[in-house]
Amino acid sequence: MTGEGKAPVRRGAIWIVAEQAGGTLAPVSLEILGQALRMARAAGGCEVAAVLIGKDAGGLASVLAWLGADKVFLVDDPRLLPFQNDTHGAVLTRLIVREDPGVVLFGASACGEELAPTVAARLDTGLGAHCTNLDLSADGLLMMGVLGFGGRVHTEMFCPARRPQMASVKPGMFQPPPRADRKGIVVREDAAALLEGETIRLRAVKVVRKEPEGVPLEGADVVVAGGFGIGGKEPWALLDDLARELSGAVGCTRPALDEGWTSGDHAMIGTSGKTVRPKVYLGFGISGSPHHTVGIKDAGVIVSVNSDPRAPMFESSDYCVVSDFRKIVPALIREIRKVKGDSLREPSPA
Amino acid sequence: MSGFHIVVLVKPVPDPGCYDRVEIDPATGALARQGMPSVLNPSDRHALEEALSLQERHGGRVTLVSMTPESSAETLREALAMGGDEAVILSDRAFAGSDSLATSRVLAAGIAKVAPFDLVLAGNESADGGTVHVPSQVGELLGVAHLANVVRLEVDADGSVRARTRIENGYVEMEGALPMVLGVRREINTPRYTSLMGVMASQGKPIRVLGAEEIGIDGSRVGMDGSNMRPGKLSRPEYCRKGERVKGDPEEAAARIVGILRAEGVLG
Repeated sequence: MTGEGKAPVRRGAIWIVAEQAGGTLAPVSLEILGQALRMARAAGGCEVAAVLIGKDAGGLASVLAWLGADKVFLVDDPRLLPFQNDTHGAVLTRLIVREDPGVVLFGASACGEELAPTVAARLDTGLGAHCTNLDLSADGLLMMGVLGFGGRVHTEMFCPARRPQMASVKPGMFQPPPRADRKGIVVREDAAALLEGETIRLRAVKVVRKEPEGVPLEGADVVVAGGFGIGGKEPWALLDDLARELSGAVGCTRPALDEGWTSGDHAMIGTSGKTVRPKVYLGFGISGSPHHTVGIKDAGVIVSVNSDPRAPMFESSDYCVVSDFRKIVPALIREIRKVKGDSLREPSPA
Repeated sequence: MSGFHIVVLVKPVPDPGCYDRVEIDPATGALARQGMPSVLNPSDRHALEEALSLQERHGGRVTLVSMTPESSAETLREALAMGGDEAVILSDRAFAGSDSLATSRVLAAGIAKVAPFDLVLAGNESADGGTVHVPSQVGELLGVAHLANVVRLEVDADGSVRARTRIENGYVEMEGALPMVLGVRREINTPRYTSLMGVMASQGKPIRVLGAEEIGIDGSRVGMDGSNMRPGKLSRPEYCRKGERVKGDPEEAAARIVGILRAEGVLG
């Protein structure tokens, strides 16, 4: 809440660039909105605005206003979907020049990975990449926390002299805003004017989206993950069976993905993959490089099974089982079925 | 048109296999990475492979361009053993401490020096920094179309381009025309092995070293002074947990894990 009568310190608005993806808002867009609202509150109050560039996106703009954006700049035009860095880059650059926000946040999605550096180059400003941490000081300086060297080093980055301060944010790092029936305003922009004079050099001729099979990693209560120690596609099936038994999601490390044992890179957890926060994470045959463990640091309980008692993974685990996963997983499945059988017979005490 | 001039951006990086040895010097707070060998950035090999297969199809020239200290010429030589006609190292004390935009300025100036070019290919990201900024920012600075996350590429003799880019749970087919700057992901191809012939041929390939003055770039626009981003404190993230050892045979261990699953409310 900004106090009435008392003017807040002029430190520039915080903007988030929302992404229309497959008829809805990309989850990371809500995550950066959540963090923008938290930072605005912690820094003593400032405007939080969203920019939504797309087609037939009026409904999604209202969602952003309802979720807490004070203002939503809606740029709606058939030429603006699917995403292209030249059209979106032109529109966003012009809006930023006109409105002069202090901070602009992007989701580090595939399109954010093109749009953010494009706009930063046009505006000659600083951009933090794939931030895992963000903080705004009372005088409006943005701390952008980035991980380098495979999650081994955390660096605080700043853009002290140029505005806006821009950051792309790794998906899964922040919580979306709590449900709140706030009513921001939607400002419908003149898309034709914002696109005028721009050469469109690229044409998106086809967009293919396919939801991966199985339980998605994001939001799963149980994640069953495997690493290079699994050793092949055939033993990998054990992990699929276990995940199915627990209605959980299957995740993997980069080496397991490279070996082609998993269904695809949507299953990869870590610096170049996803961040997960299940209630329970069960890891099998994972050595435990920061590359992977950075993606599970917010998991509730981490249980690791590895035949090597010195596996670094055990240092990042709550429970360590030194054993062969080929023995543990079938025993686990039997034990789980026993429990499920019991709970079918007798009503659960809860 | 008889073939294209393809520029491949390459970067020697500390060997990703050694990142578990990166430490922060407690006295200076700076990164200590002594004794880490330099290798060609892994995704750059895929950019070079793509350039070489286009060269095989259409003819033309392949030039490697790298902003790196002159001392890493050996890594460039290794890249030339895989293929390519010549390499240009952009090296100057003034470049040190460049952020991604300042780096892109140096690279764009270096590319302009070897111009005219038709296509610039780069690895999507570097293993050490991993910003994915360079393909887009070099494209912007050169004033040409650009894409990142490219996983499939077709270039016709007339310069028309069809590129598939990876998005979340899918892909987009993009069309355009050269000139273009593209960042490629490792899924795009399997880089060829370096042959003994290639190693021998690389010895005769020219490696030029150019400084700030030679590429005509203003020293105040690059390096630490020309960078908008400033690094602050470094720290080592800790992921340590209590690490309780679960004892017993597989049946007992399984029973214990099931107990944990039940206690966390995800089973039964």
